[in-house]
Amino acid sequence: MDSSTLFGIATLAYILAMIIYITYLAFRKPQIGLTATTVTVIGFVAQTCAILFRWKEFYEIGRMGILRAAPFTNLYESLVFFIWCLILGYLIIEFRYKNRSFGAFVTPIAGLALAFIDLTGMSKDIQPLVPALQSNWLLVHVMMSFIAYSTFALAFCTGLMYLIVTTEKRDEASYIFWTLAVGILIVMLAAMGLDFLTFKVGGQGAERLMKSYLFRASFLSPSPVVSLFSIVAAASVLFFCWRYGYLLKRVVATLSVNADILDEITYRSIAIGFPIFTLGGLIFGAIWADQAWGVYWSWDPKETWSLISWFVYAFYLHARLLRGWKGKKIAVVAVVGFVAVVFTYLGVNLLLSGLHSYGSE
Amino acid sequence: MEKKETFIDKVWNFFASVKLAVIIFAVLSLTSIVGTIIEQNVEPTKNIKVLSKLFGQSAAPAAYRIFDSLGFMDMYHSWWFVTILLLFAANLIICSIDRLPKIMKLVKEPIKPLSGDQFKGFSIRKEFVLKGKSELVAQVVKKAIGSAPAEVKEEQGSQFYAQKGNFTRLGVYITHFSILVILGGAIIGIFFGFKGVLNLPEGAVSTVAYSRSGQERPLGFGIRCDKFQVDFYGESDMPKAYKSLLTVIKDGREVMKKEIVVNDPLRYEGVTFYQSSYGIVPGAGAQNGIFRLRIMSKDGKTENKDVHLGDSFAVPGTNSVGRIEDFSPALAFDEKTSRPFTYAEQMTNPAVLVSFYEGTNRKFGGWIFKRYPTSGKLPDGNIVELQDVWGLQYTGLQVRNDPGVWIVYFGCIAMAAGLFITFFMSHRRIWARVIEEKGGARVILGASANKNRQAFERKIDNAISSFTNVKEGGR
Ligand code: HEM
Repeated sequence: MDSSTLFGIATLAYILAMIIYITYLAFRKPQIGLTATTVTVIGFVAQTCAILFRWKEFYEIGRMGILRAAPFTNLYESLVFFIWCLILGYLIIEFRYKNRSFGAFVTPIAGLALAFIDLTGMSKDIQPLVPALQSNWLLVHVMMSFIAYSTFALAFCTGLMYLIVTTEKRDEASYIFWTLAVGILIVMLAAMGLDFLTFKVGGQGAERLMKSYLFRASFLSPSPVVSLFSIVAAASVLFFCWRYGYLLKRVVATLSVNADILDEITYRSIAIGFPIFTLGGLIFGAIWADQAWGVYWSWDPKETWSLISWFVYAFYLHARLLRGWKGKKIAVVAVVGFVAVVFTYLGVNLLLSGLHSYGSE
Repeated sequence: MEKKETFIDKVWNFFASVKLAVIIFAVLSLTSIVGTIIEQNVEPTKNIKVLSKLFGQSAAPAAYRIFDSLGFMDMYHSWWFVTILLLFAANLIICSIDRLPKIMKLVKEPIKPLSGDQFKGFSIRKEFVLKGKSELVAQVVKKAIGSAPAEVKEEQGSQFYAQKGNFTRLGVYITHFSILVILGGAIIGIFFGFKGVLNLPEGAVSTVAYSRSGQERPLGFGIRCDKFQVDFYGESDMPKAYKSLLTVIKDGREVMKKEIVVNDPLRYEGVTFYQSSYGIVPGAGAQNGIFRLRIMSKDGKTENKDVHLGDSFAVPGTNSVGRIEDFSPALAFDEKTSRPFTYAEQMTNPAVLVSFYEGTNRKFGGWIFKRYPTSGKLPDGNIVELQDVWGLQYTGLQVRNDPGVWIVYFGCIAMAAGLFITFFMSHRRIWARVIEEKGGARVILGASANKNRQAFERKIDNAISSFTNVKEGGR
């Protein structure tokens, strides 16, 4: 078997697990839960082998030593590694807290990341390292960043669940926040799905999709009718989420997950992720830049956005010390933090580079 | 008597508050976002274009003027951003000074036995009965916390108590201090450092570097580029390594030689040279290049020769003479017409056009590529390989002298250590009161940890059960 077959198996298993976990959420039969865990573990084992195989394949092509062949260097490989860490972290939590209901919140993130890989059609080829990437600092930088990102993703899930469980009224700020957050997620995904479909019809290369086609099929459409319609549709999705969000609350509430446990897992995940992100993401990143170009900090958008994410989590840690900030407010910060992380990773490449490019439209 | 807050108290408390820290985190994040949307330090037209995408064509110039006057075009160096950073530093310093005495007391204070009903207030509280000797309690406590407890005799028995990791309370302060160190190192770099560039042709020596604005800056020694080279992956145009062989010359002597690549710079007397770009020396005609040929005759004679454009060379052991007619740094053949052309302004795929003569009689000729040694196999069985081209390229070096960088590195190490202590270690305390009863001892245990209480509680439970179980087993 080669790595891409194994990746295929893992992808399939995670998407299946996502469906089973959600079914489990609805019916709460122990057998269903056990099946979900089993499928997740199968996917995880397959993915672990796949990563190791790819490492070996890369080593044989690159011939620059084991470390220079670590498969974490491009967008595709790092996303795959992120999913791997996320699932590992989730399995640990499921084991430690003996609770399967988070699965329905964590596996969709893995599923979305996998779908994102396939929808955008990003290159899955093994690419030899360009000179700037040939650094051991880079390797630990990327690995630790993604370990931290996955702890932040877990904190995002539990933070969001906390908000769902604890908010009561529709005019409550934190209720509005979480329903809108879920709504925006749905809208963004739908818009990107549309981009992808229309782009396929146009039959252009996949590279351009990410850079200059984002939201061209909906909000940024040249036709004002389409873009107006998109805005109206998006607004109604948001309204729908806000109006009927409490239904989701009912489902989660039946799981009898304790809100305090959710708060604790959120804090614990961030308390693990923050030092790892500081060391791996910021410090090792700075050392790498210093070794490669002689500037440890240059305020480029990527660096700045990692710093912003870092500030948001520092905000989280310190706001916990303030009276009156326990609970919902702090959960909102945990959710916002992960949005900043996703923007650091994808938004900077997709949105800002599009904004800054001179490219013909 | 109620103490009145003076104005100075108010200012002090304002700067000592975590609330201000949280506000500053929010302000720094939000303003930094603007700096990633507006491109920093670029020509105005670029940002007007960005703004017109956001606010529309007509509003863009006005928006640009507003943002420009607020310093957003170079915002991370603007007076107000620097002010926020200074506020941040002041907040950290004053907050630390404000709290440090209390924390130092906690760190230094030896643990004391508890009295009366102080045992009630603990988040970790256990009661159990040990059969047999009460000295076992000391072992339980030792196993739970990892260090031997002290003991005092009490009316009904005794009390064991111990603490560990009291210094870990300083982890947060190390973290906070490290931020000040990093900011300090950065400031030293800005005021006393130098950042510049140097484009050094192969063979050339320079004793200066140039700042961005083009000013000369003496290095205190000479630096020479002996060779610049790009390695490619296989036969592709994908670069594998950029290498410059550099020599440091001081007082007329060669004192250091090093081949630098992108992630491995050369350091000498506080100045660091980084590989950052390269190119063909502008205006250097091909006649200045030296072509290193390796000539192998049919019967095995091999000879290396350095030749210029227009030079002739003999193929050893034959009366065939080659002549360099032309050179291209990046040669390709047009797909339709098969006509040769130069496809890049870089030394991507160098080739020389060589004609071979016997007497005045031109026998044959063709392009010989560095990348494809087989292109040098001649019809008469001799081989001529283009091994190297020298003297036409320059290496682009980033030159830096930053006395603050070691301070920044030190701050980074301190920050990592501080965070590790803060999040993965804790100050743990434990007290166990032993009440002697007949046939055994009743134990009341209270414990606390400032972090990760669950882990400590698990350890205590394990310690208790390992001793109570052994007893019950009757051994
Ligand atoms: C980027 C800058 C900062 C970083 C990375 C940082 C980091 C930390 C960390 C990791 C903790 C421990 C939190 C926890 O245990 O959950 C902490 C606690 C704390 N920070 Fe900061 N901090 C920063 C800035 C500040 C500032 C500006 C202040 C100013 C008031 C401040 C005041 C405090 C206080 C009072 C505590 C609690 C200390 C204690 O528990 O004894 N921090 N900080």
